Amino acid sequence: MASGTYTQIVAPSHLAGPDRASRSGIWVGIFAITMSFAAFTSALYVRQGSGEAAHIVLPPVIYANTLALLLSSLTLEKARRGIAKGLGPEVDESAAGMAWLVVTLILGLAFVAGQCLAWRSLATQGLYLATNSNSSFFYVFTAMHVLHLFGGIAALAYLIGRLAGSLRTFGQSLFGAIAIYWHFMGVLWLYLLLVIGTRL
Amino acid sequence: MEEAVVPAAHVHAPPEGFIRKHVFSLDHKVIGKQYYGLGLVAVFIGMGLSWLMRFHLVWPTTKVPGLELLSSTGAPGGVITPEYYLSLLTMHGTLMVFFVLTNAPFAGFGNYFLPIQIGAEDMAFPRFNMMSFWITFCAFIVLILAFFIPDGPPISGWTAYAPLSAVGKDAGPGLAWGQSLWAMSIAIFCVGQLFGSLNFIATTLDLRAKGMTFMRMPICTWAWFITSAIGLLAFAVLLPACLLLLLDRMAGTSFFIPAGLVISDRLQNHAGGSPLLWQHLFWFFGHPEVYIAILPAIGIVSHVLITNMRKPMLSAKVLIYSMMSIGFLSWMVWGHHMFVSGMNPTSSLLFSFPTLTITIPATIITLIWLGSLYGANMQINAASLFALGFVSMFVSGGVSGFFLAQPSIDIYLHATYFVVGHFHMVMGVAAIFGIFSGTYFWFPKMSGRMMNETLGKLHFWITFIGTYCIFMPFHYLGLVGNVRRYSSFVDDFMAPLMPVHKFISIAAFVTGAAQFIFLYNLIHSRFRGKQASENPWNATSLEWSIPSPPPWDNFGGKHPVIYHDPYQYGVKGSKGDFVMQDSPEQV
Repeated sequence: MASGTYTQIVAPSHLAGPDRASRSGIWVGIFAITMSFAAFTSALYVRQGSGEAAHIVLPPVIYANTLALLLSSLTLEKARRGIAKGLGPEVDESAAGMAWLVVTLILGLAFVAGQCLAWRSLATQGLYLATNSNSSFFYVFTAMHVLHLFGGIAALAYLIGRLAGSLRTFGQSLFGAIAIYWHFMGVLWLYLLLVIGTRL
Repeated sequence: MEEAVVPAAHVHAPPEGFIRKHVFSLDHKVIGKQYYGLGLVAVFIGMGLSWLMRFHLVWPTTKVPGLELLSSTGAPGGVITPEYYLSLLTMHGTLMVFFVLTNAPFAGFGNYFLPIQIGAEDMAFPRFNMMSFWITFCAFIVLILAFFIPDGPPISGWTAYAPLSAVGKDAGPGLAWGQSLWAMSIAIFCVGQLFGSLNFIATTLDLRAKGMTFMRMPICTWAWFITSAIGLLAFAVLLPACLLLLLDRMAGTSFFIPAGLVISDRLQNHAGGSPLLWQHLFWFFGHPEVYIAILPAIGIVSHVLITNMRKPMLSAKVLIYSMMSIGFLSWMVWGHHMFVSGMNPTSSLLFSFPTLTITIPATIITLIWLGSLYGANMQINAASLFALGFVSMFVSGGVSGFFLAQPSIDIYLHATYFVVGHFHMVMGVAAIFGIFSGTYFWFPKMSGRMMNETLGKLHFWITFIGTYCIFMPFHYLGLVGNVRRYSSFVDDFMAPLMPVHKFISIAAFVTGAAQFIFLYNLIHSRFRGKQASENPWNATSLEWSIPSPPPWDNFGGKHPVIYHDPYQYGVKGSKGDFVMQDSPEQV
């Protein structure tokens, strides 16, 4: 049944050992990445303790990038539902699911392109990596996030490649793990936006 | 062995071809041996560096023939310069802490035995596992490269304090590309360790065989699990620290460099950074790191002791909970490395309390060992001797920690040989004893052959006596004020201490030479050792229920079912004096 198949994707208790491990693995990885950004954040707090730098006005394109990333989480969920249904009798749904997956990838790439525009915008204001502590942290936070997002983009591209091959053999738990990671990238970005918006 | 009614789900196909079997292997056993081999290479390089250091301290103007070939600026005519002494010291510490103590007991033995001990066919993510080793190997190569660049390795110590490590070549030799290679190597190492830790955690959580509850896992499995949890979070902090250091060095940022530094008559073009920030970030990683170094050894030694005592620990559960407490408390004590750094003295007090508290679970573990040994039918072999030696070293090295934990005493003892004595005894000796114990214990399983017991006992006695001769005098030297990281001791008050230094250096050469007995034993036994049975030690844990060496999928396609914990020794009414974990025999 379609809903039963979807439940298989989202409910880890139904997964066997190795599949459950993918789910644990991705959460463990998220924990580690969170710890890294906590380290960067504490560095920011310590650094800001020794003197003020000029407040950075966030380039407006950042907000468009944020929208793109949050939208991509929605499209990824639509893709999951479509592909889950496609495993059952409703094969047409899988084509729609694939399309949403490609849209997700495009939105992710759009986010990256938008971040590059944000960096260009800062550069035209004379704010480079080493200009002052605020600009340093802006570039470090945003670049580290983009770097991790590349991991998600590569995973999505791999998933699209696998699904384009044969739907029946794709790993449902792998899709679940990638989806969790992608949503985490969105949540992480919201946190970073809060930090760079209020502290820099 | 009874089979569980589950289809065998092979995580990867049987390996074919030399490259897949021995080089880019997905098999956790091969990867474990690769890590161990890397640790072996690193430890002999590190030992060689310590020999050069000890030689220089006692005979500072004597030539070391051939050393000028390695570094014409650092050792012109074979005589080590003070700066090169600091380079040797830096590389010795870096190699030993990262590439030996984090590799061999954790990544080495852990990779090999954790999946087997929980009844799994392999780690959760074999490809990731393979990547983690080769990333670590790349880190090793990048680090070693520092020896061969013209300016040489960095001089800032394995702790790489800013601003010395951050300002670049103005501050001294080795601080241009040498320091950058160091930072890159450690950053790469962090990535490898993160991948490895992730694997350990996911595997332990999700791939345990039927009946293998958490409390039925052997103590060493618990130790690897707790270590991987600590490592995941610790290396996740060191990686940002190294990245920020690289940015300061190469991109002109000022995370760690304050304004107004004039070095070699040049005003440094940085402002606003905090050297203390580096220390906080580094030690937030650095203290958990030393527990990463010791916990696997605690686990291995407990495992070996139980097998050789032929009785369980007084309370394995309390021992496991104590290891968890150590893991938890290890996050709260990092400031005890910074008592004299200039941070708020109230902070020193706040770090001192948990530092003293962490001695409690460590003492509980020690008392459990000692209490369990009472009345034990102790089997004496090389593995058990090193395990007993570990207990001795852990106590000897640990008690000096009580002194250093108190800021008032640490003001005097910080950066003296007292500290060096403390950490060498716990890390440089005790943890290494854990590795030796594990090697003698598990070599039969890994290779199918026994190591030579006579050579093993000889290796033990020379090393045990030798390391006490080397490192106990360090405490005395520290108490009378001998400062660390000095390449020579020119003050008047140091002159009477030179005979002590000579004694230490000679002890170091002899003890170091004895390690070649171990190396010979290892290599010779691999090819000519007596054939080992499946369970030469009559042990209960799962690795002893499979052939020596194990097949590529550990359990030959079967899935074991677990009935007991691994402490069923001296069981009345059983066949023999032990019951294996997967035996359906009722106890």
